[in-house]
Amino acid sequence: MTKNAEQQLVDPFEAALGVSDVKGRSPWEDAWHRLLKNRAAVYSAFIMGFMVLLVVFGPMLISWESDFTDWDYTSSPPSLESGHWFGTDAVGRDILVRTLEGGRISLLVGLVATIVSLVIGVSYGATAGYFGGTADRMMMRVVDIIYALPFMFLMILLMVVFGRHILLIFVAIGAVNWLDMARIVRGQTLSLKNTEFVEAARACGVQDWAIIRRHIVPNLLGVVIVYVTLTIPQVILIESFLSFLGLGVQEPMSSWGALVSDGAQDMESAPWTLIVPSVFLTVTLYCFNYIGDGLRDALDPKDRL
Amino acid sequence: MAKHSLRRLLGLIPTLLLLLTVAFFLIRVAPGGPFDAEKALPPEIQANLNAKYHLDESLLQQYFRYLGQVVSLDFGPSYQYKDWTVNELIAQGFPVSLTVGLTAIVLAFFVGTMLGIAAALRQNSTVDYSLMGFAMLGISIPNFVIAPILILLLAVYAGWLPAGGWDWGVPSMVLPIVTLALPAIAYIARITRGSMIEVLHSNFIRTARAKGLSESIVIRRHALRPALLPVISYLGPAIAGMISGSVVIERIFSIPGLGSYFVQGALNRDYTLVMGVVIFYGVLILVLNFLVDLLYAWLNPKIRYDQKR
Repeated sequence: MTKNAEQQLVDPFEAALGVSDVKGRSPWEDAWHRLLKNRAAVYSAFIMGFMVLLVVFGPMLISWESDFTDWDYTSSPPSLESGHWFGTDAVGRDILVRTLEGGRISLLVGLVATIVSLVIGVSYGATAGYFGGTADRMMMRVVDIIYALPFMFLMILLMVVFGRHILLIFVAIGAVNWLDMARIVRGQTLSLKNTEFVEAARACGVQDWAIIRRHIVPNLLGVVIVYVTLTIPQVILIESFLSFLGLGVQEPMSSWGALVSDGAQDMESAPWTLIVPSVFLTVTLYCFNYIGDGLRDALDPKDRL
Repeated sequence: MAKHSLRRLLGLIPTLLLLLTVAFFLIRVAPGGPFDAEKALPPEIQANLNAKYHLDESLLQQYFRYLGQVVSLDFGPSYQYKDWTVNELIAQGFPVSLTVGLTAIVLAFFVGTMLGIAAALRQNSTVDYSLMGFAMLGISIPNFVIAPILILLLAVYAGWLPAGGWDWGVPSMVLPIVTLALPAIAYIARITRGSMIEVLHSNFIRTARAKGLSESIVIRRHALRPALLPVISYLGPAIAGMISGSVVIERIFSIPGLGSYFVQGALNRDYTLVMGVVIFYGVLILVLNFLVDLLYAWLNPKIRYDQKR
């Protein structure tokens, strides 16, 4: 049916209803409108965007180098005169530039580790859910067993044994976080695989893997997006936790957790060394959590928590 | 019920075995042995040391030896704290950690549910929004940020509480317990609010109200128990979170608990101690999760495992 013929069919109804050119809205548009109505989420998204710009470009705009030690101003409080707007640490390094560069690492860890867990979790969960039966039971049993391990401790063990390499941190955190993703994706896949369009694809003789790739995974997008936004802050938190204990990224690299740890050492004489990175870290986590909440409400209109 | 419990309990064994195996082999592939010194030891002494700690046996033999040891609840000697066994270190540190953790979880449960119910009863009011805003803050601020800030405000500036240390006195306990409980309070408040709102919209509550029961009886008799079920199932992860949180808290407040030993051991490469603590805490988390499951099943009339469907 051509576009024109379609329009001719619809016209009488439109005339009867007194509307012209009804435009349909996809579920995605609906979700987008719901999201825009959630003010906390929108503000958080703006703040987060600003934070990302600040962390990426900020260090280029500030005249201090992060490892430059300004002996004239050691442990000096925030001031405009000295040029150290947020003060310096005990060896005279500019807190602002260090915090922004630490933010690069923290956000990078958040992003990369989340992608690692996303890839593993989605492919594992979709496979288990799609094939079902014994394969599914075995695969999910493995997830259950791993799930019960005390991860924080194993992670610390890993850091101790293999040394603190940033790549290892990415992989270790990502490898831990895929479990939830796998469970959620599997559940969703189970309900998707009995839908008509999957059946139709199968009837057309489409291969299993192609069905998973073309029909199942795209339909998982909503759940996955929500879960990703909630995973990023978790990952940032884990990295900060490790760095705080002195087991995360190594000098001269820094991250928010390491900076908070440094700041906590001399907070009595120089509280700004603690407060500045703490505020950056907290604002970031706060925003991500609100964005995740907003997305969940928008994409899953059921009255969830 | 008993049959189900037994099955769940047996299900813990593969997890434990995996934990032990991962921990054991992780440590064995670590570069450098525990007795690598700056100066190379004479070969005879090295051989003696290896023999004493059974490092001269094959890896598989060592693995089964360690397995046997752990089954008989012996974690071996500590490599760093001379004259101490790992068991003794655990026995010394655990009571402290247990006191902090147990108080924190009880505190979190009561305060969290109360705040959550308060918010749910005034849904979409200012009280609700501000409580949930604070709860989100509690979730977002890591406890290693809150702890130093509280120390700075309440201990250094105000001088009301000690900044750290542990003397089994109440003042030294307040800050660590509160900081450990805060994130859990926030989570529990959010969960309680959500489930309370859901329960208050259900039919049996409408019936109870229609019977003319007072609002407080409706809530206490009818709404509370189903609303608390999600909180109960959250207790498992909450306990695990608190145990790992205690590692940081104990370090910040210099509390001589198990978490401090663990971090110290990790930094000193005291392998036996680290493994001992990992396995000990692993078992603890598994067993507590199991108990939480039982509690959940007991409280929830919808779950009766033994019934044939």
